[in-house]
Amino acid sequence: MNAQPSPPTSDLEYRWGRNFQEKAIEAMLFLAAFLAVAVTASIMVILVTESVGLFQTVSIVEFLTGTEWAPMFEPPTYGILPLVCGTLMTSLIALIVAIPMGTLSAMYLSEFASLRAREWIKPSLEILAGIPTVVYGYFALLFVTPLLQKILPSLPGFNMLSPGIVMGIMIIPLVASISEDAMRSVPRELREGSYAAGATRFQTALKVVFPAAISGISSSYILSVSRAVGETMIVAIAAGLQPIITFNPLEPAATITAFIVQVSLGDLPHGSTAYQTIFAAGLVLALMTLVFNIFGHFLSKRYRENY
Amino acid sequence: MVSETSGHRSQSGIAHKAKVEAVNLSFYYGGSKAAIKNVSLAIPEKQITALIGPSGCGKTTLLRCFNRMHDLYDNNRYEGKILLDSTVNLISTKIDPIEVRMRVGMVFQRPNPFPKSIYENVAYGLRIRGESRRRVIDQKVEQSLQQAALWNEVKDRLNDQAYDLSGGQQQRLCIARALATDPELILFDEPTSALDPIATANVEQLMLQLKDKVTMLVVTHSMQQAARISDYTAFMYLGELVEFDQTSKIFSAPAQEKTRDYIGGRFG
Repeated sequence: MNAQPSPPTSDLEYRWGRNFQEKAIEAMLFLAAFLAVAVTASIMVILVTESVGLFQTVSIVEFLTGTEWAPMFEPPTYGILPLVCGTLMTSLIALIVAIPMGTLSAMYLSEFASLRAREWIKPSLEILAGIPTVVYGYFALLFVTPLLQKILPSLPGFNMLSPGIVMGIMIIPLVASISEDAMRSVPRELREGSYAAGATRFQTALKVVFPAAISGISSSYILSVSRAVGETMIVAIAAGLQPIITFNPLEPAATITAFIVQVSLGDLPHGSTAYQTIFAAGLVLALMTLVFNIFGHFLSKRYRENY
Repeated sequence: MVSETSGHRSQSGIAHKAKVEAVNLSFYYGGSKAAIKNVSLAIPEKQITALIGPSGCGKTTLLRCFNRMHDLYDNNRYEGKILLDSTVNLISTKIDPIEVRMRVGMVFQRPNPFPKSIYENVAYGLRIRGESRRRVIDQKVEQSLQQAALWNEVKDRLNDQAYDLSGGQQQRLCIARALATDPELILFDEPTSALDPIATANVEQLMLQLKDKVTMLVVTHSMQQAARISDYTAFMYLGELVEFDQTSKIFSAPAQEKTRDYIGGRFG
């Protein structure tokens, strides 16, 4: 019909200005996300390159399986197991405190608490999360340990139990707040379905809301594992800094993080073998956290509920 | 009939014994404005009664009075009575809402299976009632799924997640879940509004099959649905019960002008 092709109407064309704006915003968002990845990657690179030196003196097998840790003594020994053991023990104690307490608080806040109770309890929990860890450390050493000694008179002044418990208390708000969010986002219809079947509040919370929110709840557990494994000040202050392999929580121990603090507070010559152990220990710590994270992701994917 | 002005009690054709009966029932979502105003309504036993009316007329609010769902939220208040078998007042403060819900089942607007297996969904009501004998639960699960016309579709995958079912199957699963505990009354809150026409037809047919076992009260937006499945129909408007009668009568010769206008599609 048309003799000549008509040009496209101008108001339907791409608008250069808007396009540019979109692209610019996208680039900024990408940079923000990329920064986190870049920092993680560079930390890993530093940890690996700095600890390579150590593995030229000490074999990796000896490092990972040795049961004695004395890098500053003569002759030095570099077996990381005592530190790993201390880290796992204190973390385990912390999780035994934090996971049940945190989950129960979350369940209370999400399913039982009245509006008024929530208004009081939530901010109090958040304050718990805001206390500096060095304060928690001295709280463990000067308050909780003497308290425990009243029940267990043979308890030494430095032990794993007390910092473990305090670390657990510190982690409660983390578990509680993430788990509560997960439970509150369970759709109302699911709860009502359970109530309509004649269930009590507790039955509904335990048998319907909890399993429906398990994905979010388990990610709070994963985070709390990382938090416990990486916690430094509390264990450095109250656990005793003695690298011995023991599964008795009443004995003192050193964790990986506590060792790093202890060593880096002294004046170590840059490049010395003892200096390199810091990075090797840090690398082990990072890998441990990574393993827990992967395991946790696997778990939470396995039990993911798509309501 | 002619002498009645309000039509509230125009129960001329009610030939069945009442299973539950609302007597001067009012309901308040806090405050002083009633969402349900002085409703009196006798739900006939082993019949399907439909609640129809425009959005916001209070039909779902009324439905949720019968199993005390409003007790879950603060500040809600009932007035009047709901009599079960003409004797017990279900909304009396002495009556435990959990006990009421043990005897009154409910099916919701959107299928809401629990994040559990098909089997565990149906077994839920039995488990929370303390039943733990495997044989009893097995038998009841099968029976309920049979009654809900779902057994043949799911019998080989009872341990699959309920979410793997289609929307229509999920809704029938929710009906099976309600049936498993032998309720005397089942409340349906627009049970097919989230379903396609075929799934809707399945659910409707299922409800008709259940009629000789249980009393049913169904809220529906669809007048065609009310006409297809219900024996009795109650028309509500602005929180009041305008007219209640046999469905055939409501749809052919309603006594109230408001009902006539609504059925005729003049508002709503």
